[in-house]
Formats: sequence, structure tokens, C-alpha cells
Amino acid sequence: MSSNQQHTAVEVSGLVKRYGSTVAVDGLDLVVDRGSVLALLGPNGAGKTTTVEVCEGFLRPDAGTVRVLGLDPLAQGSALRPRIGVMPQGGGAYPGVRAEEMLRLVAACAANPIDPGWLLDTLGLTSAGRTPYKRLSGGQQQRLSLACALVGRPELVFLDEPTAGMDPQARRLVWDLVTALRADGVSVLLTTHLMDEAEALADQVVIVDRGQVVAAGTPAELTAGDSDHQQLRFRARTGLDVRLLRDALPEGCAVREITPGGYLVEGRIDPQVVSTVTAWCAQHGVLAEEMHVAKRSLEDVFLELTGRELR
Amino acid sequence: MNSQVQGERVAQAARFQRGTFRPAPGRGALGRMLLAHARTEARLTLRNGEQVLLTLLIPAALLVGLSLLRVLPMPEPRVASVTARIFALAVMSSAFTGQAIALGFDRRYGVLKRLAATALPRWLLVAGRLVAAVLVVVVQLVVLGAIALALGWQPTLVGLAWTVPLVLLGTLAFGALGVLVGGALKAELVLALANVLWFVLLMVGGIALAPGTLPGWATDLVAWLPSGALVNGLQAALAEAAAPGWQPVVALLAWTAVGALVASRTTRLT
Repeated sequence: MSSNQQHTAVEVSGLVKRYGSTVAVDGLDLVVDRGSVLALLGPNGAGKTTTVEVCEGFLRPDAGTVRVLGLDPLAQGSALRPRIGVMPQGGGAYPGVRAEEMLRLVAACAANPIDPGWLLDTLGLTSAGRTPYKRLSGGQQQRLSLACALVGRPELVFLDEPTAGMDPQARRLVWDLVTALRADGVSVLLTTHLMDEAEALADQVVIVDRGQVVAAGTPAELTAGDSDHQQLRFRARTGLDVRLLRDALPEGCAVREITPGGYLVEGRIDPQVVSTVTAWCAQHGVLAEEMHVAKRSLEDVFLELTGRELR
Repeated sequence: MNSQVQGERVAQAARFQRGTFRPAPGRGALGRMLLAHARTEARLTLRNGEQVLLTLLIPAALLVGLSLLRVLPMPEPRVASVTARIFALAVMSSAFTGQAIALGFDRRYGVLKRLAATALPRWLLVAGRLVAAVLVVVVQLVVLGAIALALGWQPTLVGLAWTVPLVLLGTLAFGALGVLVGGALKAELVLALANVLWFVLLMVGGIALAPGTLPGWATDLVAWLPSGALVNGLQAALAEAAAPGWQPVVALLAWTAVGALVASRTTRLT
């Protein structure tokens, strides 16, 4: 055991998993630090669920090493499972089981479970407690699944597309829960294809496509982009002489009126450039409205890396 | 935007008191896990309409019908012979057919994976189902026994004493075979196969037709089937107030061992 295992919740290196001739995961590496949230982001079929299921000990990797809380999920599964919480993608309950019954069963498997009644209440499931699983809505099933993942007070939770099928209020609640988990020192590995989810929750984002990591970093690092190609947008009356404005700006900046009254400054946008633009507008008696410096969104990064075609 | 998100994070995390989710993992007590699992499984079975039809209503109807109508030849006292057969049918229906179908669909719906992801040890996944099967069989036999008493059945203490281990063995043998079928195949195949085997064993496996009414070689063969062995054992205990002899016990033990051994290699979580 190396000492960094104390600081690492999940360590995957060179993971390969094939289904017949299809390569689902192709040499993937990732590290989840203890007490942090890592979002595995990627389009459908990118290998996210396969990666998570290898970490949970449900699938045997074809190559590579996986250590979860310092343990081998397959060979040391019985030591690992009491320490982790799992929210699988879809399903995961008897069709006829009542919501509360299911949660109490999972709670009975833990030494120090969270009070199931409180958890049902928190997740808005109290009134559905006696409803059979098959009659719960998709969002309720997801919330029950999340409750089952958390009830055992795990050190590490795997959430596979936790907010799929949820309404906006429930999504907010899940975000709050993940934030609270992190604050209490629980490590979280979640998968999502929602950019805002990854951006809002994750300390680290790993973007995967076709089983490979195409980008990794903090949300800020991934969206910072190329500092020489930033954008400043503002609105003003139409027909400003953009050549005059460009002459006032440092070398390398371009100015265009891209829609009537909509102006775009491109280049290295620093505080000096912003000040110059507002000063120039003041000199010319122009009120610049809706002025903002555009940052790339995670969605831009994602589409750039994984392509725009539907698949 | 990032600082805005961070700000919201802090504000909303306040919804949960700090320390609410502080890790305190660990495995529950084995006895508590087994009881919780078995109780849930048994409740689900007794709540499921199709299962009740299979495990209680059909055996009860056959018990009444075969006792009152002399459509099939049965050793006398007739009601005791019918009761022995119906007890065997009840055990087969719930421990084998019901068990296999439930397991097949539980795998389909990710139940096994869900439970396997908890601290529940793998062996307990099977043990819980078998304990549940025993609980359901007890309920079945109490109900069917009450009906048989109303029909004039007069059990002896010796017979009842032998019934307990025989039923337990039968439940284990059929339960192991149920897990074998339900744990390896697709849910639809399990449904078809478990029902077909139920019907075949009911008709020619020693339950509906007494082994003695079949050709000699078939009688010998049927005595080694789990259904035939259980019927022969229960016939001796309930109709003749005698010890079942070694053959039914050996046959049921053998089916339990073979079923469990093969099932432990072929059962899949999904």
C-alpha cells in the first residue's frame, strides 16, 4: 500500500473493457481524491457506466488496474461493499416492493444506517412510502435509488446519472445532497451528460468519448480555453465606427458589429481592454448595454472535443 | 458565474446540517440482514396475486377436488394420500416454480445487483431466498392442512413429525433447483421453463398419478425425481404413519447438492 492511497478514493489506470469485439473502455485513467467530487462526463455510449461498474466490482476489467479505497473491487469486494454506496442507472428494486420496505431492507445491511424515515422525508418520498416500486414515477424511483445509495453512511458513493428523469426541483435537491456529502467528507464519483451538473458539482471533470479520456481538469481549467481568443460582447446604437474603436484598443484585438447594434471584441480580453471600451463609449456619448466577457462553457468544450453529430 | 455557483452551493448546503452524511460505514449484523431479506421476499410472494394462485389456490382446489371426486386412483385413506401429494405440489410450486420466476425477473429488474452492491454477502442472497421459501411453505401447509382436516384428514403425530424434515428437505431441493433455473436464463425463458417443468412434474412426476400406476421402469425413475421422492416420503408419513425410508431422503439430498453446486457456478446477477 502506498501512502497516497490514504488520499485517493478511486484510482483507475489503463482500464480496458471489451464486450465481444466492441471496446467499451479503451485505456482510461482517473483519480478521485478523498472527499472530492469527480464527474465523468460524456455522450451516451462513451463508457461511463462500464467504468463505474468496474469500480463497483460488477465487471472484470480486461486490462488495467483499479483500486477503490485501496482495495481491489473484485478480489476484495466483500471488504469494499460495506464502505461504498451505489446508485445504479435505472431499476434496482423488486417491482412489487414498497418504497419504504426497499429502503429499510438496504438499511438493515448497514451497521450505522441513516434513519430511513428521515431520508424518505428529505427526498420527498414519505407520501410514496407505501407505493409499490413499479407505480412510482421515474423521478421517484431515482430518488429511492439515491436514498439506497446513501443510507449506509458510505465513504464513497457512485452515482450513475443521478438526475436522469428528475424534475428541476428534484435535480436541485440532488445537487444540494452531493454538496452536503462533499462537505461531510464523502467522496463522490458521478456520471452525467449534463454540463451544468458537472460544472456546478464537480471538483474534477473527466470528459470521456469512445472509452478514452479526451480532457480532464477542474471546471475552471477546462473552460478557461485559449487566452488570446476571448470575447467581449456589448449592445449599443447601430452604426458605431468600429475602426475608431479598434484603433483605441491594443494590437491583436478585432472589433465587429455582428448583428445590428450587437458588437463583438475578440482577442486577449484583460481589464485594460474592458476599461478602454467603456472609456471610448463614454467619449462618444454611447451607452454600452449588456456588456459581458464570454467564457467558454463546459458545453462548448464538450462539443468541441466530442463532435457535434448526433450518434 | 463560478463564484455565483460557489455562493449558491454554500447557501443550499445549509439545508443539511453539517455531519449528516459523515461516513460511518460497516456491515449490518448477519442475523438482522438474513431476517430483513427473508421477510421482504416472503411478504412480496404472499402479496403477489399470481404467486398466491400458484402456491395456494391451485393446490387448495386440487386438494378439495381430488379428495371429493374419485377421478384418480389413490391409496386409502384417500384424503391422506391426496394431502401428501398436495403438500408436495405446494412445496414444488413455491420453492421451485415461484422462486425461479421471481428470481428471473428480479435479475431483469436489477434487484440482485442492487442487493449485491450492499454489504449483504453473496451467500446470504441465496440463504435469504431459501429462508423466505421455507416461511411461505409453512404458511401454505398450515392453510392446506386446515382444509384437509375439514375434509376429514386424520394425521398422526408420527406422520407429522416426519413431515417436518421431509418438507424442509423438499424445500431445499426444489429451492436449489429454482435458483438454478431462475439464476441462469433470461426472464421469459425462466417463466416458460419453470411452468412447463411444474406441469410435467405435476402430471407424470409422481404427484397426480401415483407412481404405482405407471410402468415398472417409470415407477423406479419417478421415485428418484424430487417430486416423486417427496410424494413417496410424505405418502409414507401422512397416509401410513411410517418412516419414509432412505430412498426419498437420499434423492432429495442429492438434488439439493447437485442443484446448489451447479447454481453456484451458473447464477448471474443480471
